[in-house]
Parts: sequence; C-alpha cells; structure tokens
Amino acid sequence: MVLIFAVTTGVIFACGIYLMLRRSMVRLIIGLSLLTYAVNLLIFSMDDLSTRGAPIIGATEPEKMADPLPQALILTAIVISFGVLAFTLALAYRASQAVQSDNMDVLQSTDREV
Amino acid sequence: MLIILPLLIPLAMGIGALIRFREVRRGVVVIGTFLNMLVCLTLLLGLQAGGMYVSQMGGHPAPYGISIVVDTLSAVMLAVTSVIAFGVVLFSRVTIDANRERFAYYPLLAFLLMGINFAFLTGDLFTLYVAFEVMLMSSFVLLTLGGERGQLEGGLKYVTLNLISSTIFLIAVGLTYAVAGTLNLADLSRRLSGIEAPGITTLLAGLFFIAFGIKAAIFPLFFWLPASYHTPPIAVTAMFGGVLTKVGIYSMWRVLGMVFPQDLVYLQPLILTIAALTMVTGVLGAIAQTEVRRLLSFHIISQIGYLLMGMGLMTEISLSGAVFFMVHVILAKTVLFFVSGITHEVQGSYYLKKLGGFQKSHPLVAILFLVGALSLAGIPPLPGFWAKLTLIRAGLEAQQYGIVAVALVVSLLTLYSMTKIWHEVFWKAKPLDIDPHPQPLPTTWRGELKPSPLAPLPDGLQRDTEGKVGMIHHAPTDPILRETLEKHVPVNPEGEGSEDQGGGAPFGDRIGFLKSTFDDQGRMGWLLAPTILLVVCIIVIGIFAEPMYQISVQAAVGVLEPEAYVQTVLFPGE
Repeated sequence: MVLIFAVTTGVIFACGIYLMLRRSMVRLIIGLSLLTYAVNLLIFSMDDLSTRGAPIIGATEPEKMADPLPQALILTAIVISFGVLAFTLALAYRASQAVQSDNMDVLQSTDREV
Repeated sequence: MLIILPLLIPLAMGIGALIRFREVRRGVVVIGTFLNMLVCLTLLLGLQAGGMYVSQMGGHPAPYGISIVVDTLSAVMLAVTSVIAFGVVLFSRVTIDANRERFAYYPLLAFLLMGINFAFLTGDLFTLYVAFEVMLMSSFVLLTLGGERGQLEGGLKYVTLNLISSTIFLIAVGLTYAVAGTLNLADLSRRLSGIEAPGITTLLAGLFFIAFGIKAAIFPLFFWLPASYHTPPIAVTAMFGGVLTKVGIYSMWRVLGMVFPQDLVYLQPLILTIAALTMVTGVLGAIAQTEVRRLLSFHIISQIGYLLMGMGLMTEISLSGAVFFMVHVILAKTVLFFVSGITHEVQGSYYLKKLGGFQKSHPLVAILFLVGALSLAGIPPLPGFWAKLTLIRAGLEAQQYGIVAVALVVSLLTLYSMTKIWHEVFWKAKPLDIDPHPQPLPTTWRGELKPSPLAPLPDGLQRDTEGKVGMIHHAPTDPILRETLEKHVPVNPEGEGSEDQGGGAPFGDRIGFLKSTFDDQGRMGWLLAPTILLVVCIIVIGIFAEPMYQISVQAAVGVLEPEAYVQTVLFPGE
C-alpha cells in the first residue's frame, strides 16, 4: 500500500514538473494543478495507511482510527488550490489574449528597454 | 483580545471597503490602517519589558488548538508593517486610478495586510501556510489589477513561482507532521530538538529554506521579482517591495531558527554562500538598470542577502543586527519607492534619462530621497549604519571574513547605485527633448501648467493650435482592455477618470488655473505626507538606535532561545 502511494505520488510529481517545463501556458497550469494533487496524496500518506476507521470516539476502536489531521490539512489545501487554480486559469486566459500566443517565451516585453 | 485585532481590523476594513461610495471606501481604509497601526504599536510597547502574548483559538489548549502568539519579533514586524500599510493607503489616494479603485483595490490591500499580519501572528505551521495563501492570493490580484500587458506577463511569472514555493512549503509541512506528529511551532521546537535521526530534520530544514527562499527572493530563486515588481502601480510596488519578501525572511527565522537550530549550524556554509551571492547579484543587477522601479527591485534582492547573513551566522548579535536591518530596510525601501512615485507623478516617467532637475524644483523630495538612500547604503547616523555595523561585528566575531568583505563591498556598490539615481533624477537638468513615443499616462495625472507658451512640456502633453495644453489621448493598444474601457468608462475629452473633472484648464481661465494649482498642491500633499511619515520614522530610529537595538536583541533572543516561547505557549499555567 505504501509502495503504491509512493510510486503514484512520484509519477504525478514527475508529470507535473515535466508539463511545467514546456513552453505552453496551458501545460504550465495543468502541471501546477498536478503538483498540488501530488502534494495532497503525499500528505494523505503521512498517516498510517493500514488504519482507516472513522475517527469518532465510541464508533471505532482507538487503535483503528485514522488520523483526522492530515485529512483536514488536505481539505484546506484542496480548497486553496481550487481557488488559486481558478485565478491562474483566468490570468493565463487574459495573458494569452494580450500577447496573442500560448507560448511562454513571448512574455518578455517587460524585460526590454524602451 | 488585543492580539487578535491585527487580524480583525484588516478583515473589517476589507469588508467595509467594499462599500460603493468612493469617499467612504477611502475613509474606511485610512481609519482602519490607522487603528491597526495604533494596535500594533501598543503591542510592541507592551512587550518592551519582555514576555509575550498568547491566545489559543477556539479555546483548545496549545498543541491541539491554533496558537496565536506575539513575541517581540512578531511585534516588531507587525509594527513596521502597520506603519507601511498606513503610508501606502495614504499614497494610494492619488496614485491609484478610478478604475482600479472601482475593481476592489482597497479591499485587496486590506486582505493583503490581513494575510501578512496573520503570518506574523500565528504559532502554527499549517496556519502559516494558510496565511501565506491569503497574502499571495491578494497579491496576485493586486499585481494584475488593471490588466496591462506588462502586468499580465509579470503576474504569470510571479504566480507560477509562488505556487511552486507554496507547494514545496506544503510538502515540508506534511513531512514535518509525519516526523513530529504536531504542527504547533512551540511543540515542534520541543520535540525535534531531541530527535534520533537528525538527517530527516536537515532535509526538512532544506525544504523550508527553499520554500521561504523563493518567497524571500534569495540568490538562484529570485527571478520572479525583477520580472514582476515594476509592473503594477507604484503604491502596490511599494507595499510589495517593502513588506512581502520580508515575510519570507521572517518565516525563515521563525521556523528554521526556532525548530531546526542544529540544522542551521550544519547548513551554515551554504546559507552564507547564498547570502553573499544574493547581495552581489542583487546589487550588480541594480547597477545595470536605468529604470527606477527595476533598479529598486534589484536592491530588494541585495538587501535580502544581509537578512540571510544574519540568519546564517546564527549568533545572538547577528540576528539582532538582522532584525534591526529588517526594520530599517522595510522603511527605507518603501520611502525610495514613494519618491520614485512622486517623480513619476511630476514628470511622467520612471526612466532615469527622462527625469531630472528635482533638486531645484522639489528640494523637499530630494531630502526625502537622500535620507532613504543614505540609510540604505549605511551612512551614519541613519539606522542602516547601525544595522550593518552590528551585522559586520557579528561576522567578525564569528570569524566569517568572506561574508563581511562581501557585505562591505556591496554597501559601497549600493551607495554608488543610489548616487546614480541622485545624479540622474535630482542633480542633472530636466532633459529638454520631448520623447517621440511618450508613455501613456495614468488617467488621473494632471499636467503642470507652465506659464510660458514656449516652455517645453512634460511627456504626454501636447499643445493644440491655440496654444492650449492638453493631454495626448492614448487609446489602449490592447484590444480587450480597450473594449472593456469603452464599455465601462464614459469617454470624456480630457481623457481623465470619470470622477476627476477640471484638469487641463486653459491659460485664460484664471479660476481654473488657480483651482488646478490648488489641486496639484493637494495631490502633492497626499504624496508627501506618507513619505515624510516614513522618513521621520527612519530618522527617529537612527537617532534613538539604542532602544531599537534593545528590542532587536530581545527579538533575536526570543528566536534563538525558544524555551520561554515553548513554556508560555504549551504550559501557560505553570
């Protein structure tokens, strides 16, 4: 189970980083969102993966309880990354309209001397 | 109760600033930031005798609830930030155009302030992450608000790099939880000090160092900063340049200094090398620039090197010097950005070659610039000198002569770079040639009316056939922006914002001329007041360096010897 988690997280990280190294804005954003998914999985695997009982006192044996804190962290992280992703999409849409291109290499006008 | 106010006031301010009426919005933020400043200064004064304020959110005891802690370091940061925020709000009044203000400029500024204050207040790693996200989200929108091409380009780079930083931060937080089983800083500090496998904590320290390093713009990770900081309006740049990167450094001190002190010793050569490279690349980048905002952006990076040096040496005196330096650099940097905003407001350009003659036309502005610039370079008796003196003494005591030499040389280069601005903007005469391709001016800019009909006009103004002066109307080149503007903004012949009537009065209209002169003075007042406020703070800190140094020592000791922090947060009753 741990091995599956580790491999999956690693593969998603690798995909995300590969996409971010492309020159296309769309791939950059897909890469960024993949990174956040990978981190969520990573935090999820911080808990002992063999104990998956609901952490409610009385309903589950204490030793079978899952740790609720990583799940709370992931929930927060998902909400935040959702908002950030929405903003990034809007920003990339506006930027691609402004420069008439999807290519990141075109975004250089601020670096040139006038 | 007092310690939660730096969170609640910006929140209330942000909500209040959503009210429609312009004057109400402005009033709300001015009063809000002023109250915030009073609260933060009260907190700082209350901690002068030592100790700290602690509050547990939700009433759960420390490792389970979320701790809000104000120790001396937090209080210092809160106080400086609150002064900057008040200044920026005053400065925004005339430099932010009506459209940006309509699209929630002030609420965003308030939420940005809330995020920053939250980062200083929290005593919990995950809450620190949330605070960073609140801060980043507001800063993303503030940076791109207005949708100019440069802003979108810079914004995309800023957003991407900061999201990567947040991701690394989150990874580090997750791994820390796996290792220690807690995210409360006080609890972490207690548990990680006696850990069996020190290798894993070094890894964690490295991850945190990279995550905060991207936000703080340290040497190989700073490229987002000069690409984006010069694109938004100058008030936003001043707030970002003054405070945002310093939140990264603060978190570095707080997390690395308190939780991973033994790994800092291990990482010391790396940190000092990066500090030296940050100083050098920053200042060399600044020397190569001819645009004031970009030049100052590179100086931000250079100054980050000094703050990093204080952490790398990791002695009480070096961290005290770094805290002192932090206070000084936040104030000085914001002053310099404000001054560049004033020169832009008067002559309509940020390019050194197009500016000039300010020493004669605006001697007060020249003095304000000089105080900020000399403090940044480290000339006594300004605070930059005391801060650098302390840092260099710490370096000599720790026998790290390389970093001391670099710090001294970079100080000289900083002085050189400041002299360049001084010479170009203040000493040399205003260049007479009118640029054939003038920059589009901000919509609320009002031209200075020159009495002689033959006098050269500032950039962006033209004379019509009757000799009247008016603004050259530039249609935005970006098709979407133009479409949006045409849809939302009623076009008026002056080409100004819809709520700013009466600019560009003809020479014959004496009342109009007087009114416009009066308005120009009023505008100048709104620009000068916050700058003078910050300059007075700089001078006062420079003259009364001893109390400030005592506070810095107290802040540094609070980080380096976290026993008191742990005791107060975890075992409040004992």
